[in-house]
Amino acid sequence: MTSTIERADAHPEAPVPVRKSGGFTAAAANYIEDRTSISGVVKEFGRKIFPDHWSFMLGEVALYSFIVIILTGSFLTFFFQASMVETVYDGSFVPLKGVEMSSAMESTLHISFDLRGGLLIRQIHHWAALLFIAAIGLHMLRVFFTGAFRKPRELNWVIGFLLFVLAMAEGFTGYSLPDDLLSGNGLRIIDGLIKGLPFVGTWISFLLFGGEFPGTDIVGRFYTLHILLLPALVVAFIALHLVFVVVHKHTQFAGAGRTEKNVIGYPILPVYAAKAGGFFFLVFGVIALMAAFFTINPIWNYGPYDPSPVSAGTQPDWYIGFADGALRLIPPGWEFVWLDHTWSFNIIVPVVALLALLGAVAVYPFVEGWVTGDKREHHILDRPRNAPTRTAIGAAGVTFYAALWAAASSDIMATHFQLSIEGVIHVVQAWAVLGPFLAYFITKRVCIGLMKKDHEILLHGYESGRIVRLPGGEYIEVHEPVDEYERWKLLDYEVYQPIMLRPNAEGKITAGMRLRARMSNWFFEDRIAPPTREQLEAGHGHETHGEIEKGPGLV
Amino acid sequence: MARKSRKANRRHPLATVVLIAIGLVVTGGGYALLSSTTTATADTNASSQETIDEGKKLFAANCATCHGMSLEGTDDGPSLIGVGAAAVNFQVGTGRMPMAMQGPQAMQKPPQFTDEQTAAMAAYVASISPGPAIPDEKYLQADGDATNGGELFRINCAMCHNVAGAGGALTEGKFAPELKGVLPTHIFEAMLTGPQNMPVFNDDNLTPEDKRDIITYLKYIENNPSPGGFELGSLGPVAEGLFVWIFGLGAVIALMVWLTAKSN
Amino acid sequence: MAHDEVSGTDTSASDSSAVETTRGASTGTVVIASDVANPGEPPHRQRVTDTDPRAAKRAARSVYTLFYLSIAGSVFAVAAYMAFPIEDGDPTALRLNNLFLGIGIALSLFGIGLGAVHWGKALMHDKEGIDERHPVRGTDATVARAVEIFDEADRESGFGRRTLIRNSLIGALVAFPLPGLVLFRGFGPQDQNPPELLSHTMWKKGARLTLDPSGIPVKASDVTIGSVFHIIPEGLNERHDKLEQKAKAAVLLMRLNPDDLNISPEREGWSYDGIVAYSKICTHVGCPVALYEHQTHHLLCPCHQSTFDVVNECEVIFGPAKRALPQLPIEVDSDGYLVAQSDFHEPVGPSFWERS
Repeated sequence: MTSTIERADAHPEAPVPVRKSGGFTAAAANYIEDRTSISGVVKEFGRKIFPDHWSFMLGEVALYSFIVIILTGSFLTFFFQASMVETVYDGSFVPLKGVEMSSAMESTLHISFDLRGGLLIRQIHHWAALLFIAAIGLHMLRVFFTGAFRKPRELNWVIGFLLFVLAMAEGFTGYSLPDDLLSGNGLRIIDGLIKGLPFVGTWISFLLFGGEFPGTDIVGRFYTLHILLLPALVVAFIALHLVFVVVHKHTQFAGAGRTEKNVIGYPILPVYAAKAGGFFFLVFGVIALMAAFFTINPIWNYGPYDPSPVSAGTQPDWYIGFADGALRLIPPGWEFVWLDHTWSFNIIVPVVALLALLGAVAVYPFVEGWVTGDKREHHILDRPRNAPTRTAIGAAGVTFYAALWAAASSDIMATHFQLSIEGVIHVVQAWAVLGPFLAYFITKRVCIGLMKKDHEILLHGYESGRIVRLPGGEYIEVHEPVDEYERWKLLDYEVYQPIMLRPNAEGKITAGMRLRARMSNWFFEDRIAPPTREQLEAGHGHETHGEIEKGPGLV
Repeated sequence: MARKSRKANRRHPLATVVLIAIGLVVTGGGYALLSSTTTATADTNASSQETIDEGKKLFAANCATCHGMSLEGTDDGPSLIGVGAAAVNFQVGTGRMPMAMQGPQAMQKPPQFTDEQTAAMAAYVASISPGPAIPDEKYLQADGDATNGGELFRINCAMCHNVAGAGGALTEGKFAPELKGVLPTHIFEAMLTGPQNMPVFNDDNLTPEDKRDIITYLKYIENNPSPGGFELGSLGPVAEGLFVWIFGLGAVIALMVWLTAKSN
Repeated sequence: MAHDEVSGTDTSASDSSAVETTRGASTGTVVIASDVANPGEPPHRQRVTDTDPRAAKRAARSVYTLFYLSIAGSVFAVAAYMAFPIEDGDPTALRLNNLFLGIGIALSLFGIGLGAVHWGKALMHDKEGIDERHPVRGTDATVARAVEIFDEADRESGFGRRTLIRNSLIGALVAFPLPGLVLFRGFGPQDQNPPELLSHTMWKKGARLTLDPSGIPVKASDVTIGSVFHIIPEGLNERHDKLEQKAKAAVLLMRLNPDDLNISPEREGWSYDGIVAYSKICTHVGCPVALYEHQTHHLLCPCHQSTFDVVNECEVIFGPAKRALPQLPIEVDSDGYLVAQSDFHEPVGPSFWERS
């Protein structure tokens, strides 16, 4: 083994690590090659290049967490009983001895208290699940703010979005399985939420729970979803997601030597394999450490589900928090009886708002593509500041999501900051409505400010902090010029001009065209074009600031 | 820079004055009381007439302004007729009374009186009109049935105090306090008397044995560490979510940055 | 400043004349990029381990030490598994088992991870490589051939021509999942009507109010002012559908000073000497509304903070709920026990479509 790798180290051009003669390794390789034609795969992928940037690893964190989840989850399935048959607990945890509970709860307690290492595996599974969805969320934000969703990657964005939704579904179904008091109340909320939907709500709830809530079916049904249907979908979509990553090749940030037509980075074998492979163990290690030191979901405190008790601070896991928060933010009285039916707008409105938020995330690439009209492939990422409107829209979305998220912990905030719960809710209501606008305007200004600063640096160099007194008595700060490689990183971006509204072939201006022109104007009205060679050459000594161009788009 | 510091200067003296004023009132008052009364309470064992008289004096000096000279209550404080010795022992023994200031609810703080003084006031209040007595020691040993206690705790207490006794929010700034570290006597008395906005759980609702079981359960989860490791405040998914975002993802991102940084 | 034509794969930035595209109808997209030329890759910077053999040796030592440390971690985890058994009923033993097993596993993982990454960073060849990109779209010839294949298949099958066959096939494909949809009806019991079920609870005339969970009946004299009793109907614990019934029938019993209660005319006689019984199930989404403040007489739901005012027949004073908590009419039987006068007069719990 070692000798092979040293060979590769010494001769980086060595194309195929499968050698043709000598030794057991070669014989085994030949055996496999004769039966699989695997050399083609090695030839294709062995030296495939991956660009290096820390933020490109976020998707890997999600993938690796998922692998950890599958490993630990498989272990748990050997012991978990997905049944709501009543039984009496007789395990090791003293304060629950003799309590009636479902088999699901009983077997989860057995895993936790009577199976050596079972609690560790359970905690790894749950921490990994939280990390999995958090990593997906952050990965999506990275992709969004760098414009990595642009052509040709729009469909892969949608696949990623579906994975995010599936991951939330996986999380929620898993959270409900132990049939403890906390998750039972979570299910109760879901039941109430479904019942509030017009036309079909009552029946969907009835069919989902196999009769009246809570029934005796839901754990078994969620178990099938949790370990069969949803994981199969997640695996399929991950595979598709990765196929597209290979087809498209990874994006890269602007940098010297990097163009839309190449990709610069380390080859899979050996450097990338070592780093990414090692990273799996690091992610796993972080999760294992969390599970070793920190309790998660102590179902033994919650006790078995019973519709009568509830705990203060009943919250869902973090990724469902935004939905719970949306429910909390509705002011009193949003429910009416009309046409002999109950219209629960205190439920319909948050549900529609959440679906709209998710829908907006899913279709954003297509909207932006339509507005720019840009049909080229993009492989160089945008720095977020160089796409101020997109970045501002993203910031507004994050602010809205954060408000819903914060609302879900309104009671915890109230007790820990000694506020009144009503006050917290009112502040978060205002935050959810006004916050996104504020975030939009502030972010856009900040982006444009940063672009101006970049422009300044390109033309006049860095502020060195060194003050020099001129012979005339004047003080100036010395600006250090940027070297051409650094300069290229700042320079290599594009701006769009707002679209001109002009009649089409039939001499008409349609409503769609008007809308598009207006959107284009909104997106690209404020922009700072990268300086030209001429400007750069003239830059030193001249006071030519990066002016915001006001677009000639709409009049 | 200059503006900022001027602003800070403008605020500081005010805050200091307020702080000093509060500090003086609280500590000075406490000292004055201590020095004036410690010599007076010699015999503490029985609620003799002497103790009751001592309690009456303390009550008149410290409580009567709000609760009235004969426990009838005023606009600032409720009547204490019929609250019994248990209520006094809880309120004064946990430092909730006397209140430092009016607020959504009386805050727990270091007790202002010695055990003897508290007992004297309790004896006095009980002597005016009977009410729940200080619980018998046999219910306070945390040696009951933790299972029954846990079940009753979840049904009667957990909605406010949280299943692990970590506390929770009530309306308009009030809250149910954390139950860790609270003396069994005080837990028992709180159930019995319903301090602040906490409802009363009389002996017909939760028998003394039930209350003992609840104390047993609370002491069990307090004295036995969580098997899974640190509890993150027993706050549930919010704490877990914050932890995974800040420390879990934080650690992973730190590793990512190290991993992709060029070796020197 | 280069105004780039946006069409196809032309990304050349050297053309300095402004060109607006007219691809499609009226795209008019104009892109502005700089005309500065890409300086090409910067010179390769050598690492300490490339230039200093001692540093390389040190790095190699760190790497294999980390791998050995990983082996030690694995061994430690196995040892911890045996050395820290779970003792029946002792949470401390369990905590130690969890802790040391976890530390061992984490050590074994970190050893491999840190070692591999350090190896990759410090010792492996670090010259970056370049891959060429090609348009994702296939070559024109490939695309043309694909189109041709579809045309041939269409011709050979008659898919486009034989519209009757095609349309009947589409119809069949639309119809075939229908039985699957119907099967979903079996998810719930056949003989039950959900709106009907949701409209009734176990409470009926004469049913005693009993303590949750023991089922001990409650006398009116037991309920002192300021008390709250968590109540279930008599006989609930014997029901096979206990949880389903409890999810509708759970009740909070409180006693207030009768003068504090504002009772509407039609509910006169529903309470007994200041003792009132209200459904514990929130009218928002069904959490137990159990947080009773006996001085303010507020009931708070811990899930979404809906607040109900017991004094005013549990009307909503804060939070997302709309409807007041339903009241259970109660009276006292001949033995002094509290009993229900009837079932609730409206469905309890969350709103649903058929409710009016």
